[in-house]
Amino acid sequence: MIVQFICRAILLGVPLLYGSTGEIVTEKSGHLNLGIPGIMYVGAISGVIGSFLYENACGNSLDSMNGVLAVLIPLLCAVLGSTLMGLIYSFLTATLRANQNVTGLAITTFGIGLGNFFGGSLIKLTDSEMPSIALTKTSSFFSVKLPFADDLGAFGEIFLSHDFLTYLAIIIALVVAFVLNRTRVGLNLRAVGENPATADAAGINVIKYKYVATCLGSAIAGLGGLQYVMSYANGVWSNNAFGDRGWMAIALVIFALWKPSTAIVGSFIFGALCNANNYVQGLGAETQELFKMLPYVVTIIVLVITSMRKKREHQPPASLGLSYFREER
Amino acid sequence: MERGVDVAKQPAIELKNITKRFGAKVIANKNVNLTAYRGEILSILGENGSGKTTLMNMIAGIYFPDEGQIFVDGEEATITSPKDAFDYRIGMIHQHFKLVDVFSAAENIVLGIENGKYDLKKSTADIKKISEQYGFDIDTEKKIYSMSVSEKQTVEIIKVLYRGADILILDEPTAVLTPQETEKLFNILRNMRDDGKCIIIITHKLHEVLSLSDRVAVLRKGEYVGTVNTAETNESELTEMMVGKKIALNIERSEPKDSQERLIVNGITCVDRQGATVLDDISFSAKSGEILGIAGIAGSGQRELLEAIAGLQHLSSGEILYINPKTGNKENLRDKTPVQIRDMGVRLSFVPEDRLGMGLVGNMDIVDNMMLRSYTKGHSMFLQRKAPKDLAMKIINDLEVVTPGANTPVRRLSGGNVQKVLVGREIAASPTVLMVAYPVRGLDINSSYMIYNLLNEQKENGVSIIFVGEDLDVLLELCDRIMVIGSGRITGIVDARTTSKEEIGLLMTKSKFDGKENDNG
Repeated sequence: MIVQFICRAILLGVPLLYGSTGEIVTEKSGHLNLGIPGIMYVGAISGVIGSFLYENACGNSLDSMNGVLAVLIPLLCAVLGSTLMGLIYSFLTATLRANQNVTGLAITTFGIGLGNFFGGSLIKLTDSEMPSIALTKTSSFFSVKLPFADDLGAFGEIFLSHDFLTYLAIIIALVVAFVLNRTRVGLNLRAVGENPATADAAGINVIKYKYVATCLGSAIAGLGGLQYVMSYANGVWSNNAFGDRGWMAIALVIFALWKPSTAIVGSFIFGALCNANNYVQGLGAETQELFKMLPYVVTIIVLVITSMRKKREHQPPASLGLSYFREER
Repeated sequence: MERGVDVAKQPAIELKNITKRFGAKVIANKNVNLTAYRGEILSILGENGSGKTTLMNMIAGIYFPDEGQIFVDGEEATITSPKDAFDYRIGMIHQHFKLVDVFSAAENIVLGIENGKYDLKKSTADIKKISEQYGFDIDTEKKIYSMSVSEKQTVEIIKVLYRGADILILDEPTAVLTPQETEKLFNILRNMRDDGKCIIIITHKLHEVLSLSDRVAVLRKGEYVGTVNTAETNESELTEMMVGKKIALNIERSEPKDSQERLIVNGITCVDRQGATVLDDISFSAKSGEILGIAGIAGSGQRELLEAIAGLQHLSSGEILYINPKTGNKENLRDKTPVQIRDMGVRLSFVPEDRLGMGLVGNMDIVDNMMLRSYTKGHSMFLQRKAPKDLAMKIINDLEVVTPGANTPVRRLSGGNVQKVLVGREIAASPTVLMVAYPVRGLDINSSYMIYNLLNEQKENGVSIIFVGEDLDVLLELCDRIMVIGSGRITGIVDARTTSKEEIGLLMTKSKFDGKENDNG
């Protein structure tokens, strides 16, 4: 039961980890991208479209599908779709200097609408009875596990039984943490988010960093959407099933104090909290909803504690949400 | 003076017919021609708004000139970004430091440099080497946010040197330093000059120009006036070049007449929201008919002190006693709101440092801003606009406020004119205590002296004036007594007629190293 609970927490946490790693990369460049929920949604639907087309091209038979392609096509589609969304956001905020909050919220609304439009269209194409599309074949390729995981008991189940997207999420988060803290690129990126005028005066191409970080962050976040569909939902897409995971990913960024390595642990804690209501006996429907608020409550507590401790390193990037224009006076 | 004069100097930077506009109307620089040589310190002198910083920003790649050419070492250069400037070995130390607060000194210094592997340890060793060469004192691990202004400036200078710059531009480097720190900086700059570097320093302080530089280039209203050798000039000639006409730079200080205690501050302590003590057991008295100056490094509690007296700060202990000149009664102002203080019949005026934040409403016109002080007058439900309008016209005429009219939003006026409106309004309330914080910040020389004269006039009328200033020379000439505060406590009260700049400078940093427990700074 405990093992199952932990596995479930990890499974639930991974989309949040992708989302928040992506948002951390973005926010480090000074872009407060509130479009993450929409971008993750677009990532998910792009992956679904890719795999839908591939499954159809293979005549819907498992045998004629190539495992590598079945994984790579949705993966690339998800990355492409979400990167495009990031590009729109960057163009609006970095180039046209539009208000970041408004742009982000617009991207979210747009992304969810876009996802639902294509989702609905695909469902119509399949003529299915249910308001959903099942891509179980693709999903089976995504959820390939390590062969020896089952032999190692609880240890194997907790650490080794997951699909590759889970490990990829952790690897990406660790790589991002390394790049941010140990490399010149990371130093430059942090400088851009903290004080773009300083970065500019130091010869760093601020706009380029903002674009690249935002697009890269969006791509990472988009993978979270894909992981949700392919691993968590076993390849079943239905409109709006993604829920508020995007917002939770943004809350996780604050919870993790803008540190990707903390976000790994944080995402599993969030996953556990989201799931806790299923493991507590005798909850009514209304108390279950209260339980689902736990991740946000924890985020608020973290915010209160960090603002009381006043440590500068725990604050968001100083120019987060502000546009930069060199000749402004 | 053998060196530099005999050796044929090489021009490091030449500017030819440089023009820069902001928008269609504002011309920041017009046809500027200027040459700076290697192995010299060149001062760029000019009043606020004369285009000094804009001009230098074009050399540093922040702005791009609309017309004209820049030559570096005799060759025409196109500098479109700070990176281009680095490639020409030009480095600028901006007035508002360009440092990332949460980074360490070393991280800030290496920021933006692309040379091989990212290795902070090796960079730190290089930084140490540079520090030793020129006599800097620096802790490379220290985070910027915990540094003093002078330390931050050191980081800025090393940052530029680390990039191999041999043309250094410093924008108002002494504005925030104590006299001792200034002298230390000047020695370092002289070392660099002797090392063959070209140093350009932007300033509006005449005595610094005279003590430091080899030549002085003067700008006025964006135009180049001329260059003179420092050895062959003097303060009045430079002032005339700067302002365009002869002006007397004397502040006429009169002896205080029948001075009486007007305000007694007794052991006040103030704790800010973060729990840091910003005012620590402050006690002093302000007398009628005198100007009490307050000196100190920026952020030592000057602002809080004035706000506490004005009823804008909550105090944790102590009392503020106002002695009513008519009745002689003592009244405690502690924890009273500004309105309560006024209703008690205390005539207190306050010119805060944040003019458009606390003093005036930027989007309202001059008349409405006058009304802010008088809107409760009268008994009708309608506002009385006549009196404020008359007052606005009077201030505009008397103080020579340059404005299209009394109905222009205040924020459209230049800094000096905004200040005149504010000071004019506060003086019009015929106060018995007048508190002013940095009243001449950003003002040209003429306006500055007009403000000084206004304050002296008030003093002669028996007003008790508390003057927070940053320019020690002015404090010494204007005030009767000077109170120095450091890290929220009084480190000394001296007679302005007998003290020296050095003494005040020492007092400003005193609480830091005399062993007293205090680590707020």
